[in-house]
Amino acid sequence: MEKKDFHVTAETGIHARPATLLVQAASKFNSDITLSYQDKSVNLKSIMGVMSLGVGQGADVTITADGADEADAIKAIADTMTKEGLAE
Amino acid sequence: MTKTLKGIAASDGIAVAKAYMLVQPDLSFEEKNISDADAEIKRLHDAVDASKKELEIIKQRATENLGADEAEVFEAHLTILSDPEMLGQIEDKIKNDKVNAEAALKAVTDMFIQMFEAMTDNAYMQERAGDVRDVTKRVMSHLLGVTLPNPALIDEEVVIVAHDLTPSDTAQLDRKYVKGFITDIGGRTSHSAIMSRTLEIPAVVGSETATQDIKADDIVALNGIDGVALVNPTDAEVADYQQKAKDYAAQKAEWKKLKNAQSVTADGKEVLIGANIGTPKDVEGANDNGAEAVGLFRSEFLYMDSSELPTEDEQFEAYKQAVEGMHGKQVVVRTMDIGGDKHLPYLELPEEQNPFLGYRAIRISLDQQEIFRTQLRALLRASHYGKLAIMFPMIATVQEFKDAKAIFEEEKAKLVADGVPVADDIEVGMMMEIPAAAMIADKLAKYADFFSIGTNDLIQYSMAADRGNERVSYLYQPYNPSILRLVKHIIESSHKEGKWTGMCGEMAGDQIAVPLLVGLGLDEFSMSATSILKTRSLIKKLDSTKMSELAAKAVDCETTDEVVALVKDYTK
Repeated sequence: MEKKDFHVTAETGIHARPATLLVQAASKFNSDITLSYQDKSVNLKSIMGVMSLGVGQGADVTITADGADEADAIKAIADTMTKEGLAE
Repeated sequence: MTKTLKGIAASDGIAVAKAYMLVQPDLSFEEKNISDADAEIKRLHDAVDASKKELEIIKQRATENLGADEAEVFEAHLTILSDPEMLGQIEDKIKNDKVNAEAALKAVTDMFIQMFEAMTDNAYMQERAGDVRDVTKRVMSHLLGVTLPNPALIDEEVVIVAHDLTPSDTAQLDRKYVKGFITDIGGRTSHSAIMSRTLEIPAVVGSETATQDIKADDIVALNGIDGVALVNPTDAEVADYQQKAKDYAAQKAEWKKLKNAQSVTADGKEVLIGANIGTPKDVEGANDNGAEAVGLFRSEFLYMDSSELPTEDEQFEAYKQAVEGMHGKQVVVRTMDIGGDKHLPYLELPEEQNPFLGYRAIRISLDQQEIFRTQLRALLRASHYGKLAIMFPMIATVQEFKDAKAIFEEEKAKLVADGVPVADDIEVGMMMEIPAAAMIADKLAKYADFFSIGTNDLIQYSMAADRGNERVSYLYQPYNPSILRLVKHIIESSHKEGKWTGMCGEMAGDQIAVPLLVGLGLDEFSMSATSILKTRSLIKKLDSTKMSELAAKAVDCETTDEVVALVKDYTK
């Protein structure tokens, strides 16, 4: 299992377009990938799940990947986060 | 037998084609208990797959016709359709509750819609409820075996029949196949009418019964010049319409010869004819129709086609594209004119009793200056790439103009200090659409570089008659001496200060009004691109001295009818 923490810097948080990109990035992998925020966790391959969390600017979130391609998955998601200026 | 429909002539031209009903089908269903859950889940998957296939094609068409930004919404729809959680919940519901796919789909999506709608502090999320609703409709249509109208998928010549056309409907239409529009509601200034003129598609609006009287695949003969449509016409009628279409095409070809001609009266007085545009893409149509300027670039589309405030860079790109496209001809950009009947989902405006008399346009800009300053900076940066002018909408007082101009100067000074290239000959003017401003045009002319008369609002405010209210529509009288006197005062006031006056309302391209406006000394006529050549052809036939005489008599008339009779007499 691979884990990585992010601090959300985007002004709009994770709801606008970037949410779609994160979900698309996650969907490319076989691993189970979750997004955790406060005490809730959702499937990062579910756009509805991600948006329902209402992650705002300044939030601390954790991405967890579990499966054969977990390391690559975390890397791809981290890339999307940085490229879209979502989090660091 | 042929059925005849009468409506409002919204866009010139003649078309004969099959009807395409842009009407929502009935998506109601019966909730049923099922025994074979696996079969029901397969139905669900088939419907989802068919929906995805459709969306892929729509997305591709939208990308080709409108660009990647417009197509993004369909990408969002596809992501929703691939959501494993949502699909999983629907499947669970079918298995556990033994209900049909329709009922399970509705129950689960309703829950998500409610969840998003409840996020009242976040306009973006609230909008996503609309996306879920759209996606649900599409899947439901496949489950029920009915067809949703998919204007993006049209691949043969058609006349679109609709109750009304929304901006998102028209955005998906392919000009190659759409030969005309006919709608139940709307007037000459409604969205569908303006859009049809921009797209140069013949249109009849306000027919009241088009969606009832026309069925899919009926043949419709449409006359957008007279505002008439024939449903299932006889062969003779079709031949007659085809002849009319030919005549109109010949007339248009005749006008086309004037594309590179100057707009000058028979006795040599030069005026300028410009185009009104809504997006940078419309520049092409403006050039094709021989526009000598863009007299009005409505900047609202930047705000309305977006889910958040447009950034300075986004705006800069749009303005730059427009000024570059006009190759040194002037482009007058009107700053944000939101409020009234135009709303933004992400900018919360108060509910008002009289929105047209309320918080809108420059009133918002002066109050929420960050939005205004962002727009001005984008405009200033774009000014380096062509000939750009700026005008403020809804100015009522000298103070408002001075305040807006001061903010412009501040932003300009900041950019110059930062070494950003900015044109130093940007004209800054104002819309003339409030009677109070028109009355003190002589004072305003000392500060504004130019005036642009917005006739739709000027008439509705002068007559105190809502232009959307059919009961008082008789008061929409552009040729009434009261309106002509205001126009005269505005033009004369600008000339006294060495400034110029344009007109960017419907009236500027009106064939009765043009002789009067020439006589009143109007400098620039700005209109839908498709009206330009017709108007240039008319102006070339007019004698400006004679028209001045006409105008002097017209402002002294008592009624609109007298004015019209006078114009007809003078232009015989």
